[in-house]
Amino acid sequence: MPSKDLSNRAPWSLKIAAFGALIFLHFPLLIILLYAFTTEESSFRFPPPGLTTQWFGKLFERQDFWDALGLSLQVATIATSIAMLLGTLIALALYRTSFFGRDTITLLVILPIALPGIVTGIALRSAFSLIGIPFTTWTIIIGHATFCIVTVYNNVVARLRRTQHSQIEASMDLGASTWQTFRYIVLPNIATSLLAGGMLAFALSFDEVIVTTFTAGQQETLPIWIFSQLVRPRDRPVTNVAALFVIAVTFIPIIAAHYMTREASE
Amino acid sequence: MAAEQARSLPAPRPSLLRKISAWFYRHPNLSLMALLGVPMLWMVVVYLGSLSALLIQSFFRLDEFSGRVIREFGLRTYEQLFTAAHIDIMLRTTLMALAVTFTCALIAFPLAYYMARYASFRMKTILYLLVLLPLWSSYLVRVYTWKIILSQEGIISWFFDTFRIRFILDGILSIPGIGGTSLSFSFIGMFLVFVYIWLPYMIIPINAALERVPKSLIEASSDLGGRPGYTFRRVILPLAFPGVVAGSIFTFSLTLGDYIIPQVMGNSSPFIGITVFTYQGTAGNIPLAAAFTVVPVVIMVVYLLIARRLGAFDAL
Amino acid sequence: MSSQPSDRPIAVSLQAVSKLFGVVKALDNISLDIYDGEFFSMLGPSGSGKTTSLRLVAGFEQASSGRVLLYDKDVTGVPPFDRDVNTVFQDYALFPHMTIEQNVGYGLMIRKLPKPEITRRVGEMLEMVRLPGYQKRKPSQLSGGQRQRIALARALINHPRVLLLDEPLGALDLKLRQQMQIELKAIQREVGITFIFVTHDQEEALTMSDRMAVFSHGKIEQVGTPTEIYERPRTAFVAGFVGTTNILSGHVAERITESAAAFSIRPEKIRLVSPDAPNESKTTRVGGTIRDVIYLGMTTRYLIEIDGGGDLQVIAQNTETDSTAAQATRGQRVDAAWPTSAMRLLDVDNRESGA
Repeated sequence: MPSKDLSNRAPWSLKIAAFGALIFLHFPLLIILLYAFTTEESSFRFPPPGLTTQWFGKLFERQDFWDALGLSLQVATIATSIAMLLGTLIALALYRTSFFGRDTITLLVILPIALPGIVTGIALRSAFSLIGIPFTTWTIIIGHATFCIVTVYNNVVARLRRTQHSQIEASMDLGASTWQTFRYIVLPNIATSLLAGGMLAFALSFDEVIVTTFTAGQQETLPIWIFSQLVRPRDRPVTNVAALFVIAVTFIPIIAAHYMTREASE
Repeated sequence: MAAEQARSLPAPRPSLLRKISAWFYRHPNLSLMALLGVPMLWMVVVYLGSLSALLIQSFFRLDEFSGRVIREFGLRTYEQLFTAAHIDIMLRTTLMALAVTFTCALIAFPLAYYMARYASFRMKTILYLLVLLPLWSSYLVRVYTWKIILSQEGIISWFFDTFRIRFILDGILSIPGIGGTSLSFSFIGMFLVFVYIWLPYMIIPINAALERVPKSLIEASSDLGGRPGYTFRRVILPLAFPGVVAGSIFTFSLTLGDYIIPQVMGNSSPFIGITVFTYQGTAGNIPLAAAFTVVPVVIMVVYLLIARRLGAFDAL
Repeated sequence: MSSQPSDRPIAVSLQAVSKLFGVVKALDNISLDIYDGEFFSMLGPSGSGKTTSLRLVAGFEQASSGRVLLYDKDVTGVPPFDRDVNTVFQDYALFPHMTIEQNVGYGLMIRKLPKPEITRRVGEMLEMVRLPGYQKRKPSQLSGGQRQRIALARALINHPRVLLLDEPLGALDLKLRQQMQIELKAIQREVGITFIFVTHDQEEALTMSDRMAVFSHGKIEQVGTPTEIYERPRTAFVAGFVGTTNILSGHVAERITESAAAFSIRPEKIRLVSPDAPNESKTTRVGGTIRDVIYLGMTTRYLIEIDGGGDLQVIAQNTETDSTAAQATRGQRVDAAWPTSAMRLLDVDNRESGA
C-alpha cells in the first residue's frame, strides 16, 4: 500500500498503539545502557544510586571475557565463510532452473532455522557422540555454518533473480567462458548481497547460544560466557557492560547489511 | 577489408578451464549437480543425518541401573514419554505458546498496519530498521535485561511504588497459577519476555502481507459505501491474515522449543525446553530427551501444514 | 525459396531444424541458407520462431533436431563463447558495473589483447558509432539510442563473421529508429560482414534487407528479396503481414475473377473511378459504395463496400484532395479499379492473414 491514502492522517489510537509497540521494543536496550553505569554491584535497584564507568575497566581485565570474545569472533568468521561458499553454490544452482527437487532443497536449507534451536542442538550433539567426534571449536563451527547458510542463500538468490540474464548471455557471446562470466559479470553483481548475507550470518552466529551450548565442549563463546554470568550474582554490572558490547558489535553489521541491500536494489 | 581485419584478431586461447566450461555448458543437468554437490552433502550428511540420529535415539532406551543407553529398538521410551507429568509439561508449554502468539499478533498488528498504510517512504525505512535492530541484537542480552527490569528493585517495581499503585502489582502477582513472588520469577514475567523477544518475528510478516494489499481494493470498498471500520474488518483483515499466520509459525515454534527464558524467568515449573535439556544433560537420558524433542517437531509439522493451507507460505 | 542462388559462400545454414520447449514447438523443421555479406532479416509476429532461430545461431539454445552450420562447420553443441558470432541484444545488455571502455573492450580483454591495443581499438570503434570520448562514462548515464550504439560497438569490435541483432531498434522512438536504420545499413556496407536482423516491424525489414524470411508459428512462410515478398506474396499470411492488403476469396472472389481461389490486391494499387468512366483494358473493375473515409495527411484511406458483399481498403495519395473533400465522398457510389496483373493468387492455406 502506498504512503498517501484517502485519509492521510492515522487515527490517534493507531498512532499510540504503533509507537507504543516500538517503545516496548526498544526501552530495554536503553535500560541496559543505563545499568552499565550503575554503582551498585549486586542488585538492580532503580533508579540507580550513582553512575560510574569503573565496570568497563573491570570487564577489560577479565581474561575469560577476552577468551570468550576471541572464540566468538573466530567461530563467526569461519562459519560465515563456509556459509557464504555453500549458500552461493546453492543460490547459483537454484535461481533459474525449476527441477523436480527444487522446493525440497529450499525447505532443507530453511529447516535449521525453522526448527527450534534445541532440536538442532540435540540432534547435532547426539550425532557427534554417536560417531565419536569430540566437542571442539570445530563442532561449534559446523553447527553455526549449518543454520547460517540460509541467510546467505536468501540474499544471494534474491539478487540473482533480479539480474538481467541477458548480461550473462552477452558475456558468453563475447567470448567469455562460464567461469570467466562468473568472475567478471556475476560476482560483481552479487558482491553486495553476498556481503550483506555474510554480515547477517556473522551477527547470527555471534549471538547464538542454544545450538552452541550443545555443540561445545569446554569452550565458551561470548553468549555462553554471558549466560554463565547470568546465573552468578557477582559483578552484575560487568555483565551489563559485556551485554552493551555485544549489542554494539551486532548492530554494526546489521545496519551495514541493510544499507548494502538497499543500494543494490535501487 | 573485413577478412584481413578478422585475421588480425586472435581467437581466445583455448585452455583446460575453457574446455571444462564448454563441457558443462553442453550438460546443464550435470553442472547443476556439480554446484549442488558439496552443499547438499553437507546438509544431508550433517543436518539430516543428525536429525535421523536423534529420531533413532528416541527408539532406544535408558537402562536405569547402569545408566547406559541400550541400543535396541523399542517403544519403551515413548511409554515413558506419555506420563501424566510429561503431558502436563507439554500442555503448559503449548498453552504458553498460544498465549504468546495471540498477544504478539495483537501488539504487532497496529505497528505493522501503521507502517504499511500511513508511513511515508523515508519513515517506512526507518521504522523497518528499528524493528529489525532488536531482532538481530543479542537474544540473551535482551532476556537478561527483562530480568533486571522486572526484579524487585527494578524499574517496574519502582514505577508502581512511585505512583502508589503497588497494590495493582501485588494483585497481579497473587493470581493463582500465573502469579508468583516477583515478576521476574513468574509465568507472567515469562510471558512478557516471550512476547517481547518474538515480537519482531510477528511484525515483519504482517507488514509484508499488508504491503501487498492493493490500494485499489480499499478505494473500491469505500467507493461502494463501506465505512472505514467495515473496510478494515472485511477487506484488510482477511488479506492480512496469512501474514499473521506466517508470524505465528515463528512465535509458536520458538516458544515451544525455548529453554533459556523459562530457566531464567521461571519458578521451576518445567517446560518442554528445560525438560529436554535436563534429560539429556544431568540425567544422561538421551533417548527420553530425543523422544521429547519429537513432540514439538510433530506439533510444528502439523502447524506448518495448517498454516500452508491458510496461505501463510506466500506471506513469508 | 524463390531467390537466386548465389556463388557467395553460405554464412549460416539451418538444416531441418526443430526446437521444442517442453511440448511447445517453437521451430518446426525449418531450413534456411544465409549468404556471406548480406543483410538478412527475419520477420514475424511474436512467438513465430524468429528469435528462437537467432538464438540457435548464437548458441544460446540447442536445436532439438537438425543441424546448424556456420561457414560449413557444424556448430551443434558448441557454446556461444566458442562461436565466431556476436549478438546485439534487445535490451542492449550493457554491463552496468563497467565503464563504456570496459564494456566495448570486453571481448578483447577476454582474448588477452595488450592494454594499449584495446584502448586504441575501442577508440576507433567509438568513432565509428559516432560516440567519441565516451570511454569513461557508465551505461546508466547514456540515453537509449546511445546505449544501442555502444552495444553495437561492443559486438563489432570482435570482428565476428556474423552479427546477430535481436530487435535492436524496438525501444527507440520513430525518428531515432529511422535514423538508426540508415546508420546500421551504412555500417554493414562498410564492414562487409553478414547481418542477421530480427524484427516484427515489416516496414523495417523491407527498408533494410537484402533478403528476408517471414516466420509464422515456427515455420518459414517465404524467403526472398523485399520486392519479391511484397509484390509476390505466396501465402495469405505473408500478404497480410507484410504491408496491408485486401484478401478476397470464396463467393466474393468468384464474382470478380470467376474463381473461388483467394487472391490479394494491395490498397495502393486500387484507383477509385466514377461508375460512368469508360472501361480500360487489362483492368479489373468492381462497383461499390464508400463506407468510411480516414484522412491521413499524405494519403486517405477509403473503405469500400462492394456490391454483393465484401470490403476493399483503398489508399489514395492526396494529390488534389484535402480532408474536407475526402470526407464529402462518404456514401458515394464508386468503382474500384486495378490492373489485373496486380492481383496475386495465394497458396491454398488455412493460415490467418494479418490484414
